[in-house]
Amino acid sequence: MSALSAGRTAEERSSAVRDTLLAVGMIAPAVLFILLLVGVPFGLAIYYSLHDVTTGGTAVKWVGLTHFVELVRDRNFQQALANTVLFTFGTLIAVLVLGTILAELLMRDFRGKWVVRFLILLPWTAPVALGLIGWLWMYDSVFSPIDWFLRQVGLLGSADAALGRLPNLYWLGDKVLAKVSIIVVNVWRILPLATVIVLAGLNSVPRDVIEQARVDRAGYFRRLFQVVLPMISPILMVAILFTFIFTVADMIPIFILTRGGPANSTNTLASLAFFTGILGGNLGRCAAIALFLLPVLGGVSAVLLRLIRRSEVT
Amino acid sequence: MAKLTVRDLHTHFGSVKAVDGVSIDVRDGEFLVLLGASGSGKTTLMRTIAGLEKSTSGDVVIGDRVVNGLPPNDRNIAMVFQSYALYPHKSVARNISFPLEAVRTSKEKTRERVEWAANLFGIGHLLDRKPRMLSGGERQRVALARALVREPNLFLLDEPLSNLDAKLRHQARHELKKLHGRIGITTIYVTHDQVEAMGLGERVAVMNFGKIEQIGKPSDIYREPANTFVARFMGSPAMNLITKGGEILGFHPENLLPVGEFQPDADSLRLNFMVSGMEDLGADLLLYGSIPGADTTPMGEGADVIAKLPARLASSMSVGSEQEFFVRERYVNRFDPASGRRTSPAGAS
Repeated sequence: MSALSAGRTAEERSSAVRDTLLAVGMIAPAVLFILLLVGVPFGLAIYYSLHDVTTGGTAVKWVGLTHFVELVRDRNFQQALANTVLFTFGTLIAVLVLGTILAELLMRDFRGKWVVRFLILLPWTAPVALGLIGWLWMYDSVFSPIDWFLRQVGLLGSADAALGRLPNLYWLGDKVLAKVSIIVVNVWRILPLATVIVLAGLNSVPRDVIEQARVDRAGYFRRLFQVVLPMISPILMVAILFTFIFTVADMIPIFILTRGGPANSTNTLASLAFFTGILGGNLGRCAAIALFLLPVLGGVSAVLLRLIRRSEVT
Repeated sequence: MAKLTVRDLHTHFGSVKAVDGVSIDVRDGEFLVLLGASGSGKTTLMRTIAGLEKSTSGDVVIGDRVVNGLPPNDRNIAMVFQSYALYPHKSVARNISFPLEAVRTSKEKTRERVEWAANLFGIGHLLDRKPRMLSGGERQRVALARALVREPNLFLLDEPLSNLDAKLRHQARHELKKLHGRIGITTIYVTHDQVEAMGLGERVAVMNFGKIEQIGKPSDIYREPANTFVARFMGSPAMNLITKGGEILGFHPENLLPVGEFQPDADSLRLNFMVSGMEDLGADLLLYGSIPGADTTPMGEGADVIAKLPARLASSMSVGSEQEFFVRERYVNRFDPASGRRTSPAGAS
């Protein structure tokens, strides 16, 4: 009896060991992948940010928190930090409002709906760099079609025009307009995805509930704010998280459209890090700038994921 | 509270005539059941009355107001959907108060009405819960409370009991009827269950292909169906229909009795019944079989005639035997085979 049970536990033990080995083997590639592609660069970034490292030589000198102290005092860095917040939240608000409106529109039946849907999804399918070169022309200081349109309707380029006497607005040459330009491009890029996400959310709201609200004498806005939006809030959170992640650490529009200018007025943390480290060669300082993104990204992601989970439960 | 008049109403979806010329008058405070199989247009008729579907032609008049073009929010109606359609993110209290919020009611009045409605349905202790924490029966009560919290002109119910289990359904039916007696709001109730229709309705309208086949008191419709369609719809099991001597005869299973056990009248319809199957349901005994020499029409499938006898007769019946049965003359409905309309007895149609 005891021999039998001992034999069985030995067998069980060996099968448990096999299970553990299998589990370790299965998860190891994923862990390695994350360690190599996320962990190593992250560790390297911390190491660099505490040392004086440049692309010009092999010397590595410990400088402690000097990079961070210098950065906090640097006007360009302060501007980049402010821009990161401005661009992210500007894009976020515009995308949410426009995405909800577009999704509401696409829920209805109308003639030519497929054309509208196609046009809305188009920016998402276009390669970023190509799309941005298109936008470069849209914002061109001489040939901008936006300016041309404004001139045609008489808002620009004549003595009594509302937007000034000059023939062009110089979108990328003006500190304020350049920021607006960046936000517009971000919205243009992210809107399709956000619309599709919100549309999926709207489709998941049962028709009965909407009709019930109509019978319960709720008008359009009451239905939207009291019934539809609360019901799709978990999905809205996903749209917010995606928009946030796509904009906060993205530097492509800035790199192609303004290169951070005019006068460093459109840099974000990501673009400033790129210009400082990759183009300027100051890797230590670059790493310190990039590390400033970490608490922002981590904090916001944690809050959003928590909100998503809570709204799923209740 | 108001009366409802529907005049020659059509609701078409493309070439599909979901509601095809319906006229009904519903008295103030009446309980009308729309009965029909799925696809008969009963739900579309109700949705058109509610304003959730646009009518193609005809009038809907609630009280003295023609509401044809009005959206549902302007019709002052209340509706309970089959799914109950509770707002999942709102507490029970906020669910019930939602129709009041939409018409800007003072806080005090709202609380008072919510309390009244919650007490009416015995859900006062659930007010803080979210719908997903409720059982099916509780959800149904919340939906009813929400519908009745303001005073609607018309109360529309779309198969509200079909999501409940059989046991609860009986109780809920009874409660609905009591409730209607107490508050007396004009009610339209849609169902495909003829037992529900019989039990609840003051009047029942049987619908088929977008038209009303018959409208009347449940017992009249049961005893004297206007045509073979209604005959086949009413009763559980449905009325037997056989073709004999150039006409269709219809009689309910409980009226087909064995000669040996019951005493036929002189003018009773006598039939030979070939028993091919037997089901003892506890209280009732169901006999399946056929009538030799008569065609079973028009559905013609296998065992075509059913007799429903008291279960105590189980020992005296046997499968495979042919016995003499009879139906008393007053229980025999006769239908014209061409049109399917009843020819006798000539009662209310």
